Amino acid sequence: MRCMSGKTLYDKIWDAHVVSQQDGEAILYIDLHLIHEVTTPQAFAGLRANGRKVRRPDRTLAVADHNVPTEGQELGVRAVADEEARLQLETLERNVADNGIQFFGMGDVRNGIVHVVGPEQGRTQPGMTIVCGDSHTSTHGAFGALAQGIGTSEVEHVLATQTLRQKKSKNMRVLIEGQPAPGVGAKDFALAVIGAIGTAGGTGYVIEYAGDAIRALSMEGRMTLCNLTIEAGARAGLVAPDQTTFDYIRGRPAAPKGGAWDMAVEYWKSFYTDEDAVFDREVRIDASKIAPLVTWGTSPEDVIAITDVVPDPASFSTPDKRAAAERALEYMGLQAGQPITEAKVDVVFIGSCTNSRIEDLRAAAQVVQTAFVNGKLVAPHVRAMVVPGSGLVSAQAEEEGLDAIFKAAGFEWREPGCSMCLGMNPDRLKPFERCASTSNRNFEGRQGRNGRTHLMSPAMAAAAAIAGHIADVRDFV
Amino acid sequence: MEAFTRLDAKAAPLPLANIDTDQIIPKQFLKTVEREGLGRGLFFEYRFDEAGNERADFVLNRPEYKGAGVLITGDNFGCGSSREHAPWALMDFGIRCVISTSFADIFYNNCFQNGLLPVVLKADEVQALMEEAKGGNHMVTVDLAEQTVVSPSGQTFRFEIDAQRKEKMLKGLDAIGETLQQGQAIDVYEMKRALAQPWLEDA
Ligand code: SF4
Repeated sequence: MRCMSGKTLYDKIWDAHVVSQQDGEAILYIDLHLIHEVTTPQAFAGLRANGRKVRRPDRTLAVADHNVPTEGQELGVRAVADEEARLQLETLERNVADNGIQFFGMGDVRNGIVHVVGPEQGRTQPGMTIVCGDSHTSTHGAFGALAQGIGTSEVEHVLATQTLRQKKSKNMRVLIEGQPAPGVGAKDFALAVIGAIGTAGGTGYVIEYAGDAIRALSMEGRMTLCNLTIEAGARAGLVAPDQTTFDYIRGRPAAPKGGAWDMAVEYWKSFYTDEDAVFDREVRIDASKIAPLVTWGTSPEDVIAITDVVPDPASFSTPDKRAAAERALEYMGLQAGQPITEAKVDVVFIGSCTNSRIEDLRAAAQVVQTAFVNGKLVAPHVRAMVVPGSGLVSAQAEEEGLDAIFKAAGFEWREPGCSMCLGMNPDRLKPFERCASTSNRNFEGRQGRNGRTHLMSPAMAAAAAIAGHIADVRDFV
Repeated sequence: MEAFTRLDAKAAPLPLANIDTDQIIPKQFLKTVEREGLGRGLFFEYRFDEAGNERADFVLNRPEYKGAGVLITGDNFGCGSSREHAPWALMDFGIRCVISTSFADIFYNNCFQNGLLPVVLKADEVQALMEEAKGGNHMVTVDLAEQTVVSPSGQTFRFEIDAQRKEKMLKGLDAIGETLQQGQAIDVYEMKRALAQPWLEDA
């Protein structure tokens, strides 16, 4: 007989959404389906070809984010110069209109990156199941929602049935405890986790983040951490909801109102891990030992402290890893043993669903302002850009005067979207340009063919813009 | 979905770890609204140089591997973006089976939606297949019903696969059609949910 141990947060969300189950494969009900232009056209085409309808348009929300240019958005889709991108955006507009799905299009202040918009609208709530045809859907796990990226066939399945067929993953807990040093935050936590367990370390797991350092994080910080969980290979990341979560949701457009609010909070509070629950794997990280981190290679696990030197491929344990490290160094144009702070940058990108929320922009602006007061601007050879995650983030930042700080120092202040995170729109690295980026992927060619990406936090990216090379933010605050 | 039963095909060795979906199909090919035709973008930056010429040394460009139906590759294949364009591109190019020691979750899942068989073998087995495929004979047989891969020299490797996934792949079943048969259970679930979480109903 199975001994009755407690349940994890993941177990509880899972159990609450099983419609039916057979041989371990569940039909899981989906509470919220987020969609965007790139991974949905074939799904809607599939529905049409089979005469099927969208089951719950009211539980579906659409945005235009991956392809949109980051200027001139008020002109709308018709003004998008790239023909293929325009066709994809127009196809989305038609599909959402035909099916009665709420849609924030280009130029709508509520539009932005899908993983910024969902939480901002109050659509993302604790205890939910959330899917989107995008791997960084893991972001929404910050609210204690089971949020997963899916493929286009599954998008079609969810549109038609509001369910997903799935087997349950294993449980992993990452405990992060202790007081982080000044200048160290959620992005560094995330890179530390990926560095510790590797990009495949989370494969087959859902990771719950716990510990006092997590409890102390804002919602923005928790979103950054859960966003990067996919880079550790896990299916989803989770943080149990608490007062920080409820305070963030309250008053947002789709948040429960009136008497329903108390009822909802009561329900949300039931989503936590029981004390006697057992995890399949547990990892502990001491927050006080984490330095500001940057990546040196072409995988998010290629992480070093800002004070370190570029590693020697010979120091890796297996022939595969040595070969990968050699290839990465060549691609990145770096030498083993060189201090990473010597790497000169050409471009600085502050944006993406990882780090484009108001708190991220505040952290970067603070570094920029301090430098400005000391008479320093963006280094002359650097193109620096800030791309807010949504129109509302942009408006908030403008209200706080952050845009003025960035612009005065020499940053471009652009309109919202995915932008140079993946370079599907015109914002791209030129070959061999080096970029200090707050995004999530440093893969070969991710930000533009032969572009060289170093992942880091918004404060670190701001420091790099001023210094003109990768720099330690602690020298700037 | 296309059914997969048994495949006799050339196997191409690609001994790189952590091949992400950006490498399999770069973003400039994601602007399509179709599923077909993505083969032209498969491994684009490996297959073509900056000037757009084929790189003669890349495995899938070498004459002896033209028409390969199987790809043998390093650990953690398909990590990164969730784009289903990756299996679509592989299928469109003619690849029906990928063999590795491990796959990223979302990619693995996407394969089964499209009749592309991901086979997980042990590291030494993948290594052995890789070595053989580099030689003069690179014909392998993948048999899903038997759960075996037979190497060019006749070595047989058994692989594990989830029974339900195997069944669906063998028959080429449509998951949506099957789920819709459970429409009543979904209705009941929704009614219960509407009572317990009424705030989700007036959004
Ligand atoms: S910002 Fe980047 S990672 Fe996030 S959804 Fe857009 S393209 Fe994907």
